[in-house]
Amino acid sequence: MTALNRKTLRDLWQMKGQAIAIALVIACGIALFVLSRSMLHSLELTQQTYYDRYHFAEVFASLKRAPDSLGERIAEIPGVARLETRIVVMVNLTVEGLSDPAMGRIVSLPDTRKPVLNQLFLRRGRWLSPRRDDEVLASEAFTTANNLHVGDSILAVINGRQKRLKIVGIALSPEYIYEIKPGDLLPDNRHFGVLWMNREAISIAYNLEGAFNDVAISLLRGASTPEVIERLDQLIRPYGGLGSYARKNQPSHLFVDNEIEQNRQMGLIMPTVFLGVAAFLLNVVLSRVINLQREQIAALKAFGYSRQEVGWHYLKLALLIVVLGLCLGIPGGMWLGEGVTGMYAKLFHFPTFTYRLTYDVALTASLISVGAALLGAWGSIMRAVRLPPAEAMRPEAPTNYGPTILERMRLGHWVPPVVSMILRQLERHPIKTSMSIFAISLAVAIVVVGNFMEDSVNYVLNAQFRTVQRYDMSISTIEPVSDCALYEVGNMPGVIYCEPTRSVSTRIRSGARQRRVGIQGLPCDSTLFQLIDLDANDIALPEDGLLISQKLADILNIQIGDYVQVEVLEGKRPTLQVPVSGTLQDFTGVAAYMNIEALGRMMRDGSLITGAHLLVDPLQQDALYSELRTIPKVAGVTVKQHSIDSFENTVGENMMLMKRINLLFACVIAVGVVYNSARISLSERSRELATLRVIGFTRGEISAILLGELAIITLLAIPLGLWFGYQIAALMVSLLDLELFRFPLVIERTTYALATAVVLLASIASGLLVRRRLDQLDLIAVLKARE
Amino acid sequence: MTDAPGAQLESVFAARQITKVYHMGEVDVHALRGVDLDLYRGEFVVLLGPSGSGKSTLLNILGGLDTPTAGSVHYLDKELTDFDDAALTRYRRDHVGFIFQFYNLIPSLTARENVALITEIASNPMTPNEALELVDLQDRADHFPAQMSGGEQQRVAIARAVAKQPDVLLCDEPTGALDVQTGILVLEAIQRINRDLGTTTAVITHNAVIAEMADRVIHLSGGKITGVETNSTKREASELTW
Repeated sequence: MTALNRKTLRDLWQMKGQAIAIALVIACGIALFVLSRSMLHSLELTQQTYYDRYHFAEVFASLKRAPDSLGERIAEIPGVARLETRIVVMVNLTVEGLSDPAMGRIVSLPDTRKPVLNQLFLRRGRWLSPRRDDEVLASEAFTTANNLHVGDSILAVINGRQKRLKIVGIALSPEYIYEIKPGDLLPDNRHFGVLWMNREAISIAYNLEGAFNDVAISLLRGASTPEVIERLDQLIRPYGGLGSYARKNQPSHLFVDNEIEQNRQMGLIMPTVFLGVAAFLLNVVLSRVINLQREQIAALKAFGYSRQEVGWHYLKLALLIVVLGLCLGIPGGMWLGEGVTGMYAKLFHFPTFTYRLTYDVALTASLISVGAALLGAWGSIMRAVRLPPAEAMRPEAPTNYGPTILERMRLGHWVPPVVSMILRQLERHPIKTSMSIFAISLAVAIVVVGNFMEDSVNYVLNAQFRTVQRYDMSISTIEPVSDCALYEVGNMPGVIYCEPTRSVSTRIRSGARQRRVGIQGLPCDSTLFQLIDLDANDIALPEDGLLISQKLADILNIQIGDYVQVEVLEGKRPTLQVPVSGTLQDFTGVAAYMNIEALGRMMRDGSLITGAHLLVDPLQQDALYSELRTIPKVAGVTVKQHSIDSFENTVGENMMLMKRINLLFACVIAVGVVYNSARISLSERSRELATLRVIGFTRGEISAILLGELAIITLLAIPLGLWFGYQIAALMVSLLDLELFRFPLVIERTTYALATAVVLLASIASGLLVRRRLDQLDLIAVLKARE
Repeated sequence: MTDAPGAQLESVFAARQITKVYHMGEVDVHALRGVDLDLYRGEFVVLLGPSGSGKSTLLNILGGLDTPTAGSVHYLDKELTDFDDAALTRYRRDHVGFIFQFYNLIPSLTARENVALITEIASNPMTPNEALELVDLQDRADHFPAQMSGGEQQRVAIARAVAKQPDVLLCDEPTGALDVQTGILVLEAIQRINRDLGTTTAVITHNAVIAEMADRVIHLSGGKITGVETNSTKREASELTW
């Protein structure tokens, strides 16, 4: 090893505390980058391979009933490659060990061949035997959640008749990577599952022999999806078509894509902040090292070391720190990746989901961190390189001190000399002081950002489950029924109060823009479902016209007062012009609400309902379930508490994991920044402080000078950091403004308090570490040194 | 080489009318005002003058650490004033050995490593151990600067300067920070190098006693050469005292 390399290593060892602090900050940035990028790649790759190998369809449509011959006409639509007609029905299930009702979605499988689209992956068991009407394949998510195994049976109410179905195999489908009940946003795998059954059996049960009610299509390369959808809609309209939609609106796909998009955004913001701070720290530390080594640099140059060699020597110091950061960050990111993979396994059901770190992610991470280091180190290294050798032999000129702002304001005599010294020091290096304040404020900001997601989601949950949904249970019917049914429901055991609901499948258009939306009809004076605005104020449902999500208004590019075209996809299928009477800020999906009476008038079919919201006596809940199970027209029962529980088991758990990761990283950055600031102040001022000790200052007094500086910087940084945190959170909210989920910009006071506390504690800890060094200050040695 | 007959000897440095002006804010400081100087191969020259006389500036210019504001400096057949930064670096690396008043050792490297720092980049170096033997420090090779006395540190600096077998050895107040006994040890080492290796040596000092060991003494004052004297008899460093 050359002597110069030895010097690099020994210099690094000399500043090991600071080097480790910086390396940790780099490691955090890199770990987050590696985590989100590799997760993004893993998800994308897994999704793509799954879709390709199992022929995931590209266009989907549901309808009421169409003869098989329609399939041939659909196949003739230009651009259609292959299609699969199916029967898809919702059924009530009774699962052993589960007292409350569950729902199943039965999807037909061709009796004698493999489906051409949406093929299944058989995890366990066997395929269905041809012609058997009592065998099903069940989804892995559902069987796992209910502890069901191959050979177990479940009871299903098929077209009003209870039937025992034997699970012969456990399967996965690219259609149900994210398995949710239609209309839900969060999975509840205990209470909802997908089952696959022989087509013949299910068609006989539902009188759909020689007919189908669902179609999946794959397209030829280069085919226009909107054109195919348009033509398909025309073909299925007479058969009760519910509107066709492209893969991008398919629920499972939408969720996986949403997750991919979130990873993409998160992979940008947080690592940028971390690496920015690391670059700043490197800059500060290297500037300091180079200032301290002015004479060594001069000597090296005097002996014939070139500018490049000197520059490279100091650059190596920075790069070694980066390498240390990478050595911690890349495995750290992989380790977190494994953890998050486990988390995804709960949400997304792939045949295999292996977390893989690709070389290009590791390489990009390395390049980015080297780039950040160069960015940080460049200025100070250039100063070292440019230092003329003769000039460097002279010590740096003393800084020009002058009266501080307090003294200029003639308040100088009010402050003790120690405070004066602190203020002068801070004011003398305005750039350095502001950079330190900035860096510490970033640490504050990261805690705020790390915690804000939880605040935001809690706010949404509270709004959704407490303020909006004030019912305990909601039920839906297979098809619209007379509102007299409401009285029947009201008289069932345990029902305290109930309100009608009506859902109508529609397609809302404004100009060329359109969305398939189910319009929710609610009573005008609804007390069990209360619409609210962002600030949780009640919003009254207008007498007439639509109340729609702001997001839907944005998608359709319409404003309050505009008319939209509503194409009803059921019943008499009218197409109407309806005014938009209001918009509301909601957080999930897109919705349209209407006064249930106005909706009935619009549908011209009187007062039909498709469901009800119920307030239920918890003691009689089981009796109510049993009663509801016997009513064939009831398609489904949703218990609000199940949604809350399932949220806590999946998304809630994931969020806690992410929160812990963010908090840990925020602490690292806080300690890294504060400790470095303190150490640098110490090394810059040890001579001055030792002089003060020699002339009679106590340890406490000189500590006060140094730590006072740190305290002022920290106290100035905290409010700034809280503000930065708010701004970064606002940026994230706008980047994550997706159709599926939107996060309100809600930051609780507890989050601000946590951020303040973390940084204060980090400051105190760093202060104590530095204080210990101050106590060990070797007075004679410090004064003897020439600098 | 006691009577330095300049005309017959090869001139290593030939400086003509060199001036150096530093701009310090609004004031111009004239460090050198038209200096003419020749140094000859193998001679031991002492540049004597009070502080501020311009002797360090002159030495820095000869050593390629600094460039004159006007005038020319020839090193052998090359014009130093035409050199760019890279060429000056090359020149310092191949030809010049420096010794500074404050040693300027790298504190994180041992004595041997400080010398190796130079031998690794020089074209025809001796080994670090040979260089340390020249200054009698072979036993201290693995010590760090902080573990050595000032005199020992300066001897390491000398070993470092001569390890590359330089053509010229430029010493800036080499004993300025040392007591008499230690200073003499250091001067002995420098004298030995000059005598045994034939290295052209220039020492700047404000200590007139040191001038007694030189072939020639050049007096500087106010940025000008005020006199040159040739010693008929050089004294041994060990005989000096101050």
